[in-house]
Amino acid sequence: MAILPLVFYILAIVTITSAVMVVTSRNPVYAVLFLILTFFNAAGLFLLMNAEFLAMILLIIYIGAVAVLFLFVVMMLNINLVVLRQGFTSYLPIGGMIVLALLAEIIMVIGLGGTELKVTAAATSPISYQITNAEAIGRVIYTDYVLAFHTAGIVLLVSMIGAIVLALRQRTDVKRQSINKQNIRLPEEVVELVKVTRGRGV
Amino acid sequence: MAITINHYLIVAAILFTLGIFGIFLNRKNVIIILMSIELMLLAVNINFIAFSTQFGDLVGQVFALLVLTVAAAEAAVGLAILVVFFRNRGSISVDDINLMKG
Repeated sequence: MAILPLVFYILAIVTITSAVMVVTSRNPVYAVLFLILTFFNAAGLFLLMNAEFLAMILLIIYIGAVAVLFLFVVMMLNINLVVLRQGFTSYLPIGGMIVLALLAEIIMVIGLGGTELKVTAAATSPISYQITNAEAIGRVIYTDYVLAFHTAGIVLLVSMIGAIVLALRQRTDVKRQSINKQNIRLPEEVVELVKVTRGRGV
Repeated sequence: MAITINHYLIVAAILFTLGIFGIFLNRKNVIIILMSIELMLLAVNINFIAFSTQFGDLVGQVFALLVLTVAAAEAAVGLAILVVFFRNRGSISVDDINLMKG
């Protein structure tokens, strides 16, 4: 048996199994850990499809940043695990039915149309296998898609500012240093010279 | 048996429906709903890259990169909103999100 189909099936099965565990696991911490496993195996699938750059980006962004962000939030919030499970079984039948219908529809579409997939127009930016995948993507996003690339940067900047503004909290019960106030103070206002008589005290 | 594009499309379809299933199932936990949205975006990315490889066109991978960016931004803002909401209400249940009486 060839090695590539075997690798594909292993990656696909682990991806789907861990995705099931994400949505059904009891503890949100385990859900995040299974999410990491899902993304790891999806990166393997990307590698099988010759998209090495996106596979590495998936590892860095999702596992290195997003999943750790989820983990931090899950551990910061003090959540009652029993309350979280209420209503789990009552939504199971209707949700399962809808999801099975949707899955059957999608697979039917893939089965009917997927056998004869072909495009008539030529590729706008054909994949060259003489250069590495990262270099090929770099040649495209810095020339033809530079506008989209900048838009992505602006989206990230705005989301960063938004997240900071949302989560920032001005606490009134904590004393903080105010450099402005310190610089404004004059010696005449804050220092008082007192003549102390001997034996009396101030 | 060779692996064709259909195999990848079916894996992506299963992942996408699992994301929808997670939204149906976890009505008490917004964190799991956010994770389900991430699963659905991952399925979309798998579709993009599968078609990109199939048709030999790099645009699919560029667009998958954009989807990845938007997904990261969405996760950051969503989790920030979640933290603020938990600070105000002390719960992350979907039923408690009724401040605007919509």
